[in-house]
Amino acid sequence: MSTLPLAFLDGVDPWIFALSLLTVGFTIYMGFRSAKTSKTAGDFFVAGRSVSVGWNASAISGEYLSAASFMGIAGMVMAVGYDALWYPVCYACGYLFLLLFIAGPLRRFGAYTIPDFAEGRYDSPVFRKIAVCFVLFIGFFYTMPQMKGAGTTLAYIFPGLPYWVGVAVVGAVITLNVALGGMKGITLVQAMQYWLKLFAITVPVFVLMTVFGSYGSNLGANDGRVFTAAPAITASADATPAVPAPAPEIIRKPLVEKAPADTAWVSPFGPLTTKAAKAAGLTAEQSRPYSLLYTYSLIIALVCGTAGLPHILVRFYTNPDGVAAKRTTMWVMILIGIFYVFPPVLGVIGRNLLPELYAATGAKGTDKVVLELPRILREHYGVWGSILSGVACAGAFAAFMSTFSGLLVSMTGAVAHDVYGRMLRPNSTPEQRMKMFKFAAIGIGGVSVLLGSQVEQLQINFMVGQAFAIAAASYFPLLFMSVWWRGMTMKGAATGMLVGGVAALLCMTVINLNDLKIVDLKAFWAGHPLLRILCEQPAIWSVPLAIGLMIIVSKATSKDIPKDIRMKMLVLHAPEQLGLKNEYIQEHQAGAGH
Amino acid sequence: MPHSTANRADTIHSEAFLASLMRRQLRLSIACAAAFLVALLGLPLANYFAPALMATRIGGFTLTWLILGVLFFPYVWLISGVFIKRSLKLEADEAREVLK
Repeated sequence: MSTLPLAFLDGVDPWIFALSLLTVGFTIYMGFRSAKTSKTAGDFFVAGRSVSVGWNASAISGEYLSAASFMGIAGMVMAVGYDALWYPVCYACGYLFLLLFIAGPLRRFGAYTIPDFAEGRYDSPVFRKIAVCFVLFIGFFYTMPQMKGAGTTLAYIFPGLPYWVGVAVVGAVITLNVALGGMKGITLVQAMQYWLKLFAITVPVFVLMTVFGSYGSNLGANDGRVFTAAPAITASADATPAVPAPAPEIIRKPLVEKAPADTAWVSPFGPLTTKAAKAAGLTAEQSRPYSLLYTYSLIIALVCGTAGLPHILVRFYTNPDGVAAKRTTMWVMILIGIFYVFPPVLGVIGRNLLPELYAATGAKGTDKVVLELPRILREHYGVWGSILSGVACAGAFAAFMSTFSGLLVSMTGAVAHDVYGRMLRPNSTPEQRMKMFKFAAIGIGGVSVLLGSQVEQLQINFMVGQAFAIAAASYFPLLFMSVWWRGMTMKGAATGMLVGGVAALLCMTVINLNDLKIVDLKAFWAGHPLLRILCEQPAIWSVPLAIGLMIIVSKATSKDIPKDIRMKMLVLHAPEQLGLKNEYIQEHQAGAGH
Repeated sequence: MPHSTANRADTIHSEAFLASLMRRQLRLSIACAAAFLVALLGLPLANYFAPALMATRIGGFTLTWLILGVLFFPYVWLISGVFIKRSLKLEADEAREVLK
């Protein structure tokens, strides 16, 4: 009995373990502390709508910077090079889109959740149900990569631990936390987690750059000079002698066979975007148009997807007013923009110093470069290397814990507030709903752990891209069109959102089944590279499809446009000083009484 | 000339007020969106049609890596800063017009 816990502690670095434990302990402590102050239903769902700009901006950033941002981007930059840079840039640009077109109006309209908005805008309880389904779909797709992050990190800290144990442990901790504290609890925790994450990514980057050379010179070492002459040696044996670095201060270990060559890695249209065309046997020149298509589709998915992520949108309601909502978004943009400069640096340095990661897959592959890289410093600086790696691990914990708790709150909110509070038991008391919130949190946490334990072989960042592609084809068109086009009807909105979202969902399922080797489509993909790209990155056709359907069906059912549409649009767009929201609510309740 | 309360409500609920409200807001949003979309959608085209230029090395970075990995973020801040300033002013103007 006593040997079991000690067995998996073998090879555990005490510093890494201590700092990670501290982060987890702090998160749990904050959850318990806020459990005492979260009393009302409003506290649970939208933090009482009274979070200040600074706190809220840090909390949104903390929630937004997920395992994908913290570990996935560095891993993906290392794995595929330039093309992966689209991810951080589009994550940030998507926020701008949200600010320009959606944040202000949505906030003025005032509702707890997106399903609230869907019902309020179209006076349709049916539509609420459809919207709830998508909160859950997108949420689960987005929790899977967070869970992979958790499994990877725990497998890194405890080398003997199976991947799924990490998933289960982290899932249980967060679920407990959310069930206890609700939204208000996690706002505080997430705000602090942003700063922890920024610290945990910048400090290792600066230390590594001081020791191993700057971002630019490390990237500059990838110019093909070193390895073009010796591909046969790198491919043949592990007895390869250390190849002299081109610039004297940059250390570069020889690449393993699986690693992409320098030119392909550092240039646009590299391994990520040419995969389909390459599998089809096309030449480099022939595959360029395919790569361009892939790039554009990826950009659309990420930018529109950000603007449609349910767990981010719900945060806009926690601002006291629309002006604060806009200021918050500005700060979020700055906070996440600063952060996103750093992960690619680790990817670049990782390619030079840890090429052996290319050879491994799953939790041992490039996704762990952020954690593994600071450890190299142990050779030079002993215990400081461990401490630095511990800091990186703490940041990783902060990353998947904050995002997962945010997702859990929005999914649980959807179930407790919409499914239970509005559909099953409209007459339930606030106490009953809060109790339901806790049960739902446990149920959804459990499902997330189950799903998360299945995806060890998928890349973190790639999975996040999938969640974004579904959001881009469902919520984004819904929100964008509902806010700016008064001719939208419920039928139009529902048709567009359902067809777009389900189409994207089906594409993702096909791709994932193939990647997990459950269905083998290799031969088919080789014959149809274009279809593969459109299936892997569906946004380029699914977003226009959703918007087009919305317009066509709305035109056909234009008699169903809500009668008080002018008032609704006024509430969405008029400055809040005019106090139209209260007027609208009164009128609406009077109308509903008849 | 001061408006009476009834008069003010009429203005707020008029079709013309809503139309101008939405038009002005949308125009601002689209102008800002265009500024960032040109850069975002233009970069792949630049990579496609001028690969040699975009591969120019600047302090180790390729030009295109420098733009996408570093310079894009300040550009996005600039656009959002301008948008927030303008849109707050727009809202204040709109409110003043009907409340004066």
